[in-house]
Amino acid sequence: MTPSLEEWYRQERMPHIFCTGCGNGTVINCTLNAVVEMGWEIDNTIFISGIGCSSRAPGYVATDSLHTTHGRALAFATGVKMARPEFNVVVFTGDGDLSAIGGNHFIHACRRNIDMTVICMNNMIYGMTGGQGSPCTPVGAISTTTPYGAGEPVFDLAELAVAAGANYSARWTTYHVKELTKAIKAGMETPGLSFIEAMTQCPTSFGRKNRQRQPSDMIEHMKNHSILLSKKKRLEEEGKSVPDDTFAVGEFARRNRPAMGVYKK
Amino acid sequence: MQGNIACAEGALAAGCNFFGGYPITPSTEVAEHMAKKMPKMGRTFIQMEDEIASISSVIGASWTGAKAMTATSGPGFSLMMENIGYAVMTETPCVIVNIQRGGPSTGQPTMSAQGDMMQCRFGSHGDFSIIALTPSTVQEMFELTVRAFNLAERFRCPVFLMSDETIGHMRERIVIPEIVETKNRKPLEKGKLPFEADSDLIPGFPVFGEGHRVHVTGLTHNAKGYPDTTNHKIHSDLVKRLVEKVESKRHEIADYDILNNDAEIVFLTYGPATRTVRQIIKDRPDLHIGHINLRIVWPFPEEVLSEFKSAKVFIIPEMNLGQISREAARHTNVPVLSLPKLGGEMHNPKELLLAMEEYL
Repeated sequence: MTPSLEEWYRQERMPHIFCTGCGNGTVINCTLNAVVEMGWEIDNTIFISGIGCSSRAPGYVATDSLHTTHGRALAFATGVKMARPEFNVVVFTGDGDLSAIGGNHFIHACRRNIDMTVICMNNMIYGMTGGQGSPCTPVGAISTTTPYGAGEPVFDLAELAVAAGANYSARWTTYHVKELTKAIKAGMETPGLSFIEAMTQCPTSFGRKNRQRQPSDMIEHMKNHSILLSKKKRLEEEGKSVPDDTFAVGEFARRNRPAMGVYKK
Repeated sequence: MQGNIACAEGALAAGCNFFGGYPITPSTEVAEHMAKKMPKMGRTFIQMEDEIASISSVIGASWTGAKAMTATSGPGFSLMMENIGYAVMTETPCVIVNIQRGGPSTGQPTMSAQGDMMQCRFGSHGDFSIIALTPSTVQEMFELTVRAFNLAERFRCPVFLMSDETIGHMRERIVIPEIVETKNRKPLEKGKLPFEADSDLIPGFPVFGEGHRVHVTGLTHNAKGYPDTTNHKIHSDLVKRLVEKVESKRHEIADYDILNNDAEIVFLTYGPATRTVRQIIKDRPDLHIGHINLRIVWPFPEEVLSEFKSAKVFIIPEMNLGQISREAARHTNVPVLSLPKLGGEMHNPKELLLAMEEYL
C-alpha cells in the first residue's frame, strides 16, 4: 500500500516555523498530494533544499532530506540524482535561493535537464532574513532594501526555465491549489527537469509593507492579477493589450528534450 | 606516470565512484583522466558549472553512499570553502584534491606553490578540524589519494590531498599494487539516532534510501539531525565533537618519516622540498642532517618535533611565506627557521645548504 498524505509528513517536527498566513504550507501540501497520487515510496524519495523559508520545507517531510547551503540545492541534487538515478528527487527552493545566489545552478540544471522536480515558492521577497528585495520583487514594491520602491526589472522564472531547457515548466499560485497540484504531478510524470513556480503569499515580510496586510489580501491579489497563459497568448495574437499588472499562469513547456539521470529499470 | 594521473588512479583504486569537477590549471588532468575512465567502469563523472557546484554534487553523492571526490586549484578551492564547512557540519565523507598554484587570486596558473596550506585548515567559517595529506612523489600521489578516501570514510570529514603543480605534473615510474586496502564508512546501527556518536565520537552513516529517513542540515542540529540553533550546549557539544573526533586521533592519523633523529640541524618538509632535502642528504652524508617528511600536515603531528632531542634548529622550506613554519614554532622551544620561496619553483639544494651554514 502506498503511504498516505499524513505519512509523508514528519509529524514530530510540528509545529512548523512558518508565520501565520504563510503560503508555504499550501505548496508543501500540494506537493505531497501530488507525490501521493504518483504512488512514490517514502524511502525512495529525497527532498532537497537550499536556504530560506522555502528551504525549511524538507525538514517537515518524512523522507531522507538534505537541507544545504544558500543557492546550491540544485547542485547537491545533481550529485544525489546522478549518483543514484533510481531515487525520486524533489527540490524546494525560493525566489532568492533559486534566481539570485543560485541562478547559475538553476540554468545549468535546466540545461542538463536532470530528471527531478524543482518547486520554487516565489514570495517575491527574502522572508527568512526579514524582507529584503529579491530578483522577483515587483517594480515599485517596498522591501527593507527597496524602501523607496523596487527599481530593478524582475526575472520571469517559468520562462527562464523554458529558455534554459527544462522539459516541464509551469506557474500557478497558492490560490490555484488544484491546478498547482496537477502541475506538480505533471512535472513529476515528465522525464527531465520539471520546474513549477508557485507564487505564494508572505504577509509578514511582503504584504505588511505593500498594503496587503492580511494573507487573504495577497491571495486575492494573486487571483486577480494572474491571467491564463492561453488567454494571454490569445490576446497577443488578436493584437489586444495584456494588462501590465498581470502575470501569466499555466503550463509553459511540456516537451521531450534529451534528459539526464532518467532511471531505466 | 604523471602525478595528477596517479592521483586519479589512486582514487579509482580506492573505490571513488563519483567525481564532480570543473576545469582548472594545474589540476585538470585529474578530471580528464576520471572523465575517460569512470564511464567505462559504470561510475559517475560530471563536469559541473563551477567549483561551488562541484563540491555540492560531491557532498550530495556522498549521502547516497558514494565515495566522492573533486579536484581543483587555488581559485576553485576558494569557491569551495562554504560547502567544505557544510561537509564538516554534516559529517560527509569527501575527498578534495588541491593541486596548488601561485596565488593570491589568479596568480600563477601554471606554476607551483603551497600557499593554501592554512586555507585548507581554516578557510571555511567557524571552528572545525580536517585532515590534509601532502605527497612528495608520484607514487605517493597514488598511495595518499587512497589513504585520503579511507580517512574520509573513517572520520566522516573532508580530507584534502594538498599537492602542487610540481608533483602534479611530475612524471615518475610508480608501482600500483594488485590489492589496495580500502575502508568503508561505518553504517548507522538500528536503534541509534543518525547523529548520535559512538565512543569514537563518530556516528554511523545513514545512507540515503535505506529507510533511515534522516534529515541532514548545515544548521546546528541535535542527535536526530533536527535543527536546534539557539541552545548553546547543543552547539558547543557538536562543534567540540567535530573537532575532537579528528584531534583526539592525531597520533594515530600522523604519517611521517624521520631520519637521523640525533642530528642538530633538522629539516622539516612536505611536498616538493622533501625531494630537495633527500638530495642533499644523499650528496652530503658528512653533514649529518636530520629530516622530517610529513605525509600528513593536518592534524599537525607536533610529537615528531620532540623526537629530535639534539635539535638546534628546525629549518622549514615551503613554497609559501611560512605557513607550516608558524605551526611548528608553536609546538617547540627550538628555533624554527622558515625558508619561504615564492614564484613557482621548488627549493634547490644550494639554497638549503646556504640556509644551514650558520648552524654548522
